[in-house]
Amino acid sequence: MADPSGARKRDAESRRAKAGRIAPAGGSGMPDLDRLIHERVRLGIVSALAANASMTFADLKRLLGVTDGNLSVHARKLEEAGYVACAKGFEGRVPKTEYRLTRAGREALERYLSHLDALIRWSRAGR
Amino acid sequence: MSRTGHSARSTLGQEPPARLEAGADERIRYIRDTMERAGTFTAVPGWGGAVMGVSALVTALVAARAPSPEAWCRAWIVDGVVAFGIGCAAIAWKARRARSPVVRGPAIRFLLTLAPPLATGGVLTGVLLTARRIDLLPGTWLLLYGTAVATGGAASVPAVPILGALLMATGTLAFALPAAGNVLMAAGFGMLQIAFGLYIARRHGG
Repeated sequence: MADPSGARKRDAESRRAKAGRIAPAGGSGMPDLDRLIHERVRLGIVSALAANASMTFADLKRLLGVTDGNLSVHARKLEEAGYVACAKGFEGRVPKTEYRLTRAGREALERYLSHLDALIRWSRAGR
Repeated sequence: MSRTGHSARSTLGQEPPARLEAGADERIRYIRDTMERAGTFTAVPGWGGAVMGVSALVTALVAARAPSPEAWCRAWIVDGVVAFGIGCAAIAWKARRARSPVVRGPAIRFLLTLAPPLATGGVLTGVLLTARRIDLLPGTWLLLYGTAVATGGAASVPAVPILGALLMATGTLAFALPAAGNVLMAAGFGMLQIAFGLYIARRHGG
């Protein structure tokens, strides 16, 4: 019997690969960055969620100063990649969307930070 | 090329090393700044505020039956110390839940911004007790605690500075109505803190 969580993991991995996370270094010696979280709003979402157990859509919107549509689009891309998990519900009659960073998302941020660090060292060595 | 548009390398990778380094530095600063602002955003402990409010309501009941103004004052000073302990523990608990550093993170910054008005309150309490002006204590305490909450929560969710402003208004009222000091203390330190504490706990992660 197929394992649905395994299938989900493979889907997320495939989406991340398509988005460019697993791009070749091109032999230049320069580290490659994760395009999915390199984009500023997505990097903001991941960074904010790394500092909190969870955040609501409204809090993220206020913190990052973006529009509803912009935040939705970027949050969905991160969700599709398996970097953030989204829980939708109601508080009284008001819809509430809450996001949290997944383990894959936390690892991606750590990897992105070490790539930035390597990039700084690489550019200093190249001068 | 993916649908996410240009590659990270096209924005950073094809530039001279000095600009590359500046770009990477800017990204790191952006991540750090966002994490700090996000932490400050929700560092205020809702459950802690609600428990502090309950403690203030109990103290208001005890203080209302105090045999002398000095006994009334002692009851509230003890409550202030207890509330400070509850507040610190709640801030640390919320920071740990968010996996945020307690000693160097937003939690300690929130505490440090609360500290100057609270220290001022301590000094003025001594001055007013020496001058035997216990009637001015409710207004002074509420006004300075409100100032501490408003300034400490300026970068937080909107509910926090609103709570601070309401506490300051209650303090101002206490100066105008000194006879209602204990009731206004119960309203400010008790009811307002419980209401806002529960709201923050439900809406902003504890």
